[in-house]
Amino acid sequence: MSFLHNLLGLPTAKIEYRKLWWQIVITIITFSVVPLVALGAVIYYQFSASYNAKINETLKTLAENRRDSLDLFLDERVSQIISLAHTHTLAQIKDEQYLQEIFYIIQSRSKSYMDLGVIDQDGHHLAYVGPYHYREILKDVNYRNEEWFHAVMSQGFYISDVFLGFRKVPHFIIAVRARQGNWILRATIDSDIIEGLVRAAQVGKWGDAFIINRDNILQTAPRYCGRLLEKPRCPEMESMPDFHQVAGLTLEEIISQGRTFLFAAIPLQKKRWVLVIKEDPSEKLTPLFRTRLYTQLLGLTGVVLILVGAVFVTRAMMGELVEMERKKAVSEDLAFQSSKMAALGKMAAGIAHEINNPLAVILEKAGWLKDLLQEEDLATSPHLREFAETVGKIEQNVARAKKITHRLLSFGRRMEPVTERVDLNQLLNDSIDFLENEARYRNIDIQTDFYENLPVIVSDSSQLQQVFLNIINNAIDAIGKNGVINIKTVHLKKVNQVAVEIHDSGPGIPKEMLPKIFDPFFTTKEVGKGTGLGLSISYSIIEKLGGRMMVASEPGEGTTFTIYLPIGMELGPV
Amino acid sequence: MEKFRVLIVDDEDDFRETIVKRLRARKLEVEGVESGEAALKAVEAQDFDVVVLDVRMPGLDGIETLKELKKKKPLTEVIMLTGHASVESGIQGMQLGAFDYVMKPVPLDELLDKMRQAYERKCLQEGII
Repeated sequence: MSFLHNLLGLPTAKIEYRKLWWQIVITIITFSVVPLVALGAVIYYQFSASYNAKINETLKTLAENRRDSLDLFLDERVSQIISLAHTHTLAQIKDEQYLQEIFYIIQSRSKSYMDLGVIDQDGHHLAYVGPYHYREILKDVNYRNEEWFHAVMSQGFYISDVFLGFRKVPHFIIAVRARQGNWILRATIDSDIIEGLVRAAQVGKWGDAFIINRDNILQTAPRYCGRLLEKPRCPEMESMPDFHQVAGLTLEEIISQGRTFLFAAIPLQKKRWVLVIKEDPSEKLTPLFRTRLYTQLLGLTGVVLILVGAVFVTRAMMGELVEMERKKAVSEDLAFQSSKMAALGKMAAGIAHEINNPLAVILEKAGWLKDLLQEEDLATSPHLREFAETVGKIEQNVARAKKITHRLLSFGRRMEPVTERVDLNQLLNDSIDFLENEARYRNIDIQTDFYENLPVIVSDSSQLQQVFLNIINNAIDAIGKNGVINIKTVHLKKVNQVAVEIHDSGPGIPKEMLPKIFDPFFTTKEVGKGTGLGLSISYSIIEKLGGRMMVASEPGEGTTFTIYLPIGMELGPV
Repeated sequence: MEKFRVLIVDDEDDFRETIVKRLRARKLEVEGVESGEAALKAVEAQDFDVVVLDVRMPGLDGIETLKELKKKKPLTEVIMLTGHASVESGIQGMQLGAFDYVMKPVPLDELLDKMRQAYERKCLQEGII
């Protein structure tokens, strides 16, 4: 019945739910994504820092290692020459035969010796062994004015820069002054070994390594960065950093044209040369980049999972909440309604009783008047007709008032199921009376086709009335405006039942909804208009009364509710 | 229809007095009392065929009066008169042996019909006994 309509799902409540939804989602995401991102970032940067440190360390070690090898090589050569110079006298050494023998011995150990020469303190070549066709040229050369000659005379030994010389082969010389100080042993060394040592530091596909002297001139041939005896110039870099002044191991990161290059420069100890190693860290950083990609992918997956999870969890939670609120509201509403109805029923019954007694008195008094009118002396009165009519009107209106009080009484007695004799046709007429105004207002015609002499059944009239009111009310709502409601009663003698058919000319119920219409909380009315309890309560009332309720509907043809009720036993003599 | 004796029990003076007058005008032997206690005294003192008993009265109410009355005079027929939503009490009354119940306000003819039916049943039962 319509008293179950309540105010569920107000728009403001909807906004509140939306707000709460967002709050929960944002909270979940914040508290999950922030730590996730922080964790990812910290791990990545720690990894990156240690990886970079490792790369630097490796490069440093490589540079030091190469430097040591180069120094060792130079040191060995110098030591060898020094040993020769210090263990021989000028007389011995200037014998070219003898010198040749020594040359063979040292060359058998190290192919890097190209020639060996002895020069006196005035700069004259005293003896020479080496490729013979140079002998004639070199023999006449005087070195007195050469820079290296002065250096070796003052310092004891000298290592030259690389030069091509007549032979067009890169080489350098080591010159050592003898202990007596009056002659110099000079050896020419092929720089092939140096090249080899430096080349070992050219790591990766794009790495490079070379030696520069103090004038920033290449002493070895780099892979990419320039040519021997020129200034170094790396092709992929706009400007070349200058390392020829470095005092110790120097690491430098240079970003050029969006690429990062790592340089290590370290000066040699034996000679004023600087070893420069260039690395393209992106080669070595590949694992790091891979790690970064994995971290990002994992993080992204995590974030997506969290988002989806947050939305789903929140949706489920909100669904629960809304459903709970709804049920709570409905049960509160029901409790409120039933207590209201109980109070209203008591009041109605009380009023009816209080009015019935005076009505009874009025009726008796009017009856007495009627009785008196029939006595003879009054029968002749000219106003007899008037009197009789007036009394009749009084009785009629008492009957009218009685009808109202009896309706109030039946309304008051709705709570507990009772067994009483019910005239269904009469009950249906009463129910129609309630809704007639509403129907007329919407231009809905309520037609009745009542079975004459329908047996009186034993049932609960107020509960049946609730059912009828609910169904007729639904029918009016279904039609909306302009339509017909047919109400029919039938006596089914064979099964000792009566049936009530209520048909409306509304739009009908879609097939997929038909099985659900008796479910609690199922409603097609807009939110706030119906609780979806009316039909479910009606259904349970009819079941409790031992009857059945059925529905048939075709979209476009309207809907028919049929209620079967048992006639039941007679209550006693009437 | 032969005469029979009727007792009207109702606390509403106007109602009781008028109905007594009208029934007397219809040649019935009618007495009226205003309470359950008075009704019990009256049936002690005198035999009545039919008692019309209001359900709601101060003091002894209709149902209790009915119980006592049926103990004293089981053959006296009782018609319950209710102004209240007491179809239940009417039915309860019938289970306790009342003949029928009538809702106030009731047209006198209707009540008279019921009284006659009640009297007929009484005669029938006396005849059987």
